[in-house]
Amino acid sequence: MTATGIGQIILYAIVLVALGIPLGAYMARVYTGQATFAQRVLGPVERLFYRLFGIKPDQEQSWKQYAIAAMVFNLLGIVVVYLLQRMQAHLPENPNGLANVDPRVAFNTAVSFGTNTNWQAYGGESTMSHLVQSAALGVQNFVSAATGMAVLIPLIRGFTRRHADTVGSFWVDLTRPTLYILLPLSIVLAVFLVQQGVPQTTDGKETAALLDAQPGTPPADARPGTIVSPVDDQPRDATRGGVNGPASPDQGGRESPPVINQPIAVGPVASQVAIKQLGTNGGGYYNVKSAHPLENPTPLSNFVECLSILLISGALCFTFGRMIGSRKQGIALLVTMAILLVPFVALTLQQEQQPSPALSSLSVDAQASALQPGGNMEGKEARLGISASALWSTTTTAASNGSVNSMHDSYTPLGGMSPIFLMALGEVSFGGVGSGLYGLLIFAIVAVFIAGLMVGRTPEFLGKKIEAYEMKMASFAILVPVAAVLLGAAFACLVDETYTKALSNHGPHGFSEVLYAFVSQGNNNGSAFGGLTASGTFYATAGGICMWVARYWIILPTLAIAGSLAKKKIVPPSSGTLPTTGPLFVVLLVGVVLLVGALSFVPALALGPIVEHLVLHP
Amino acid sequence: MKETIRPALVSLAVFTVLCGFVYPLVMDGIAAVVFPHQATGSLIRDRDGHVVGSELIGQPFDNPAYFWSRLTAEANYDASNSTGTNLGPSGFVNDRGQLGPNQTLARSAKDRIDALRAADPTNTQPVPVDLVTSSASGLDPHISPAAAYYQVGRVARLRGQPADAVRKLVDDHLEGRTLGILGEPRVNVLLLNRALDDRFGPSKPNG
Repeated sequence: MTATGIGQIILYAIVLVALGIPLGAYMARVYTGQATFAQRVLGPVERLFYRLFGIKPDQEQSWKQYAIAAMVFNLLGIVVVYLLQRMQAHLPENPNGLANVDPRVAFNTAVSFGTNTNWQAYGGESTMSHLVQSAALGVQNFVSAATGMAVLIPLIRGFTRRHADTVGSFWVDLTRPTLYILLPLSIVLAVFLVQQGVPQTTDGKETAALLDAQPGTPPADARPGTIVSPVDDQPRDATRGGVNGPASPDQGGRESPPVINQPIAVGPVASQVAIKQLGTNGGGYYNVKSAHPLENPTPLSNFVECLSILLISGALCFTFGRMIGSRKQGIALLVTMAILLVPFVALTLQQEQQPSPALSSLSVDAQASALQPGGNMEGKEARLGISASALWSTTTTAASNGSVNSMHDSYTPLGGMSPIFLMALGEVSFGGVGSGLYGLLIFAIVAVFIAGLMVGRTPEFLGKKIEAYEMKMASFAILVPVAAVLLGAAFACLVDETYTKALSNHGPHGFSEVLYAFVSQGNNNGSAFGGLTASGTFYATAGGICMWVARYWIILPTLAIAGSLAKKKIVPPSSGTLPTTGPLFVVLLVGVVLLVGALSFVPALALGPIVEHLVLHP
Repeated sequence: MKETIRPALVSLAVFTVLCGFVYPLVMDGIAAVVFPHQATGSLIRDRDGHVVGSELIGQPFDNPAYFWSRLTAEANYDASNSTGTNLGPSGFVNDRGQLGPNQTLARSAKDRIDALRAADPTNTQPVPVDLVTSSASGLDPHISPAAAYYQVGRVARLRGQPADAVRKLVDDHLEGRTLGILGEPRVNVLLLNRALDDRFGPSKPNG
């Protein structure tokens, strides 16, 4: 760890809290229907929308009606995304003439964006037309984020209402955050990103003349996930840069013509990147997401994009505190999230600053200095170095964002284990917008229940009695994603051919690739160990099912808990009530999250990153 | 069900128009007016107006009279097909299934080191690590200052220029950390090589 690296991280934390407090207060006003500046401007638009929808904004729904509305809306969205991909060749706004998307990939992608996962079984710039990027994927970026937030709000109302049969109106809880939170923030962020160098245009592709024409090697078939190795077994001209191999002799004995041009894909990138960062979506415009210099051109753009990953999820803690009338409670949850995240940032930062063992016998200088970042630079960008990459890889997996600015597959074994474990914790350290906080609240219910068992009293949380029904639903929400992940990964390993064909690395690292794929999809994260070819039948289908199960089998029990809590009376705290704003509760909650995660995943991690670390450092 | 279907259909249509068309098109408009250069990819044009690169996208260099970029998984830095190598730290080291450090990584690094040594036998310093590893995007426009200074001797000799003049050019192209703390110091290889040609005349094709 370098001093500037630690400095970057401290600055990050300070700015995050400084922005989170006012944003959290603002979001509380949005959700409680108070007038905001944005509402004075866009209020007529909001009312017009409700007239078009045919709903009355003050007509509230029971938790079941609310859940049905959310499910139907999401299902429709998924169907539309699927159909648009399957028809893109016949639709406008396809300047690069891309073909219709393969049905398996289209299914996987539709579920992926509908569930706020944004797992990408395709390379964006080479697969999806501008129309699909904007009208299908871009729209889901907004509404899947708004859906996540719209599931949190009834849960909060469940704690504050008494003897209530309704939990709110899904249509209002979908519309207000989209209009007043996500759109304004995205517009500001997108303009900033364009200023930094992110393209925003209706054009499709530019062609640049290369300064140094390259000897002819035909461009590789870059199927998503395909590994184009820079190394080949051909003898090479040792006086040259070693970027390309010589023309291969099996092309009919003639050299292919020299490469003199460089195609550069551009498009409406900034508008997409802004919302995918803010809405914890993470699906990049380009295949390599925010590692691409056009998606994330400068250290400053990187800092702001990285802030956007945690911004709304963190700020929602403050929103929660305000809405339940106990700011201390919100801060306790934010502190819990931070305690879960920080050790993993430190582990990855420390590990990635080590040189790769593969280079240890070579004459390589990997020492950090004023002139270079050093460390494990495979799969990392020079402008970002080690610290900014390590911070991003851990925040993007702590939150269910899943965009990357470095290739996690090329991380050291333990450096790459942090992202896996952070996702495996159930995306509750910040997590997805809305979904992170409702996930953590479900763990909080389990924590007060365990505390109640220890002292032999009926557990309470925020004045509501926690009883068998809440515990059943909470167990569902916690265990279903775990089951989806572990069963999916185990099945992939059993289907031997599937297992090995899709991998670019073998041995324990290959297992890590499989585990990562299911942990990521089964917790709606969406980042990847990119070496796995995820577009085949098995991974596209199994992954799609995992994402579906993980999203909706948490949403349903969460709304059920919300409905049940709203019906209960509020009991005033007594001397036997566990205070849930102090260090005791924070420690208990951190312990429950870590224990559930460790009990579920340590055996699997032992087969992947841990054994790989031991192989490399005997 | 009916009271759910209509709002679901209409709201999806409304948000598709708003977030899928109005929002990106308004951003297109703002970008085109306020930041026209960045909006189209920060393209560099020569005197005739031909596009000769992007300030933000790396290009491949294997002529030893140019500074070399980072290794890449994407042949010829094709910026319509970004990809990393995704090579993990470990792998099989022999066909008996014995595990160890990833040999593909080691081999590509060794090839690069051999190429650097062959082009400049007098330089026996250890090679800065970013010069022997592949970037995340495969399109990295930058190398570290250490990697640039490492190549100064070779470039100066092949261009028949004093090393100090070339080193001065590298100094002029150093980009520091933003606000003194964010990111890493770096050198944009394409801009540096274009400046080389401007200052010392174009290099013979393929050295």
